[in-house]
Amino acid sequence: MKTLADLKKIREQAQKNMSLRESNNRIKIVIGMGTSGIAMGAREVMKTFLNELANRKIDDVLVTQTGEKGLSSMEPVVDIIEEGKPTITYGLVNSEKAKRIVSEHIVNGKVIEEFVVEAK
Amino acid sequence: MYRNHILFSIDDSSLKAGVKDVENIFKSELAKLNLLDEVNVLETGTLGFFGKGVCAKVYPENVIYANIKPADIPELISEHFLKGRILKRLVLQSKNTSQIDLNYSKRIVLEHSGIIDPENIDEYLGVGGYEAWEKALTSMSQDAIIKEVKDSGLRGRGGAGFPTGLKWSFTAPLKAPQKYFVINADEGEPGTYKDRLIMEGDPHKLLEGIMISSYAIGATKAYIYVRGEYKLSIERLNKAIKQAKEYGLIGKNIFDSGFDLEIGIKVGAGAYVCGEETALIESLEGNRGNPRVKPPFPGVEGVWQKPTVVNNVETIANIPSIIKNGAKWYSEFGTDEVNGTKVYTIMGDVEVPGLCEVDMGTTLREIIDNYGGGMKEGKKFKAALVGGAAGVFLPEKLLDAKMDYNSLKEYSAVLGSGAILVMDESADIVEMLGSILKFFKHESCGKCSPCPRGNEILNKIIKKIIAGKGKEEDLDTMINVAEAMAKTSLCALGQSPIMPIKTAINNFREEFLAKNKSKK
Repeated sequence: MKTLADLKKIREQAQKNMSLRESNNRIKIVIGMGTSGIAMGAREVMKTFLNELANRKIDDVLVTQTGEKGLSSMEPVVDIIEEGKPTITYGLVNSEKAKRIVSEHIVNGKVIEEFVVEAK
Repeated sequence: MYRNHILFSIDDSSLKAGVKDVENIFKSELAKLNLLDEVNVLETGTLGFFGKGVCAKVYPENVIYANIKPADIPELISEHFLKGRILKRLVLQSKNTSQIDLNYSKRIVLEHSGIIDPENIDEYLGVGGYEAWEKALTSMSQDAIIKEVKDSGLRGRGGAGFPTGLKWSFTAPLKAPQKYFVINADEGEPGTYKDRLIMEGDPHKLLEGIMISSYAIGATKAYIYVRGEYKLSIERLNKAIKQAKEYGLIGKNIFDSGFDLEIGIKVGAGAYVCGEETALIESLEGNRGNPRVKPPFPGVEGVWQKPTVVNNVETIANIPSIIKNGAKWYSEFGTDEVNGTKVYTIMGDVEVPGLCEVDMGTTLREIIDNYGGGMKEGKKFKAALVGGAAGVFLPEKLLDAKMDYNSLKEYSAVLGSGAILVMDESADIVEMLGSILKFFKHESCGKCSPCPRGNEILNKIIKKIIAGKGKEEDLDTMINVAEAMAKTSLCALGQSPIMPIKTAINNFREEFLAKNKSKK
């Protein structure tokens, strides 16, 4: 037996779990997960992104993956795609950098110039 | 937190194709690669098409894979889930369109089918489920609910198209120690399976509709009469009822409102006539499924002689959205005269047989081209049998007729079942009518005389025509007999043969006559 307040809580939690299936995301984080990306730790990087976003309760950012870009020497490569802004590509990303990208770029909207490989 | 959700479509067609095996192999492959905490494997209702084997939808990319075989899984996982590349060779495609339009933005009753896990009440809550039930129970009077439904213009989706709010308003004011609300899920019309898809894809939506409707008419007991062949629907409805009980959405004194409600399931035994509401009530009581003489109508004397409202699954699946968003919102769907959407099941000679939910008034041509993927192998359209056995043959000239109650006029009863059987130029209309009449003869229950006797005569004549021994006046005899049946039979079964007979003979008369010549 649940009260109306319980139902509200369940509803909110379920909404969060299912947000992936909606397409109204402010920012898309695309992680290069080709063979070399994975070899250089892209999987760890992606987990860091997912955890950071979950910890900060950010639900309008989508984390997804893609194949190799052709920047093997810069792997793991991460694209930050935001509508109406140039796509920022970060290279040689690791867990530490991923955390900074979330706090500085995703949250505060400030591009971290030192990690940028290209912007277009 | 998961980065991918993969939803396997679980329906009768995918179960036959071995979806459970594929799903298990998929999970064990994921486990090997340590991906189980990144990829969420779920089950959902139908994705909207059939005959494509095991299908799954992957989010966030929103890709649909079809015909997935166990042997494809390692490649699928390594390409899509490890490397993030879409495995193009498995992506659902049709010849005419690169992507099949599933029309989600315009769906009401099937809006969540293929998106949520139907066996998980939390997911239904997550998409705003049971908000309408809360709203109805805590802030609306019974009259207000009935008024909202009346204003929405919702009409019954079972066949006759009777205004739902009006039907309720006959029963709601009656004083009785017990009233019943019954869902007719005995979907027996050949080729119709829209109700099955609703129950399999989003059972909680139907339950929410039942809760609101029962409350509106003051019924504290509700039954879902579901046909016995619908194993998956029954299983999912049972689960959904159990979950709703656990959450206190049904039971005693719901949300301290003082309103009690029980929902039960009655499994049918396969008689076509039990889709007729009075026969359904007889069967529900445990008797032989024979229709009753009306009046009294079920609204006054139904189950165990108590006031009873019987509504179709699709009708009631519209209720939560109407209560939540209001009648005005609902009236934006459909045409100026007829509101709402309609679920159709498309079969026969089309590229992608499946389902679609579209605005009322969408033309047959649009349905075939946009949602059925066009005619199979580019063949020419000849006719569509719309509405199952008790349906009508629509010829090419009616391809652009709007499919709503007003435009189809005397044919409008066929809208209910929503079955569209598309036939190309190679189809034989006479044989088709022959098998329909055989079906009616078989299913006639024998309670009144015109129906079994009339069907006997009709069968004799059509057999004669098929054998090439018919005369032109036989066609008129068939129409006369069927018309007499329509006027004198007790229920819709005997009243139905006139529809396929008249439309087949009127639109394809020369084919009936040609049978004669070809066999001579």
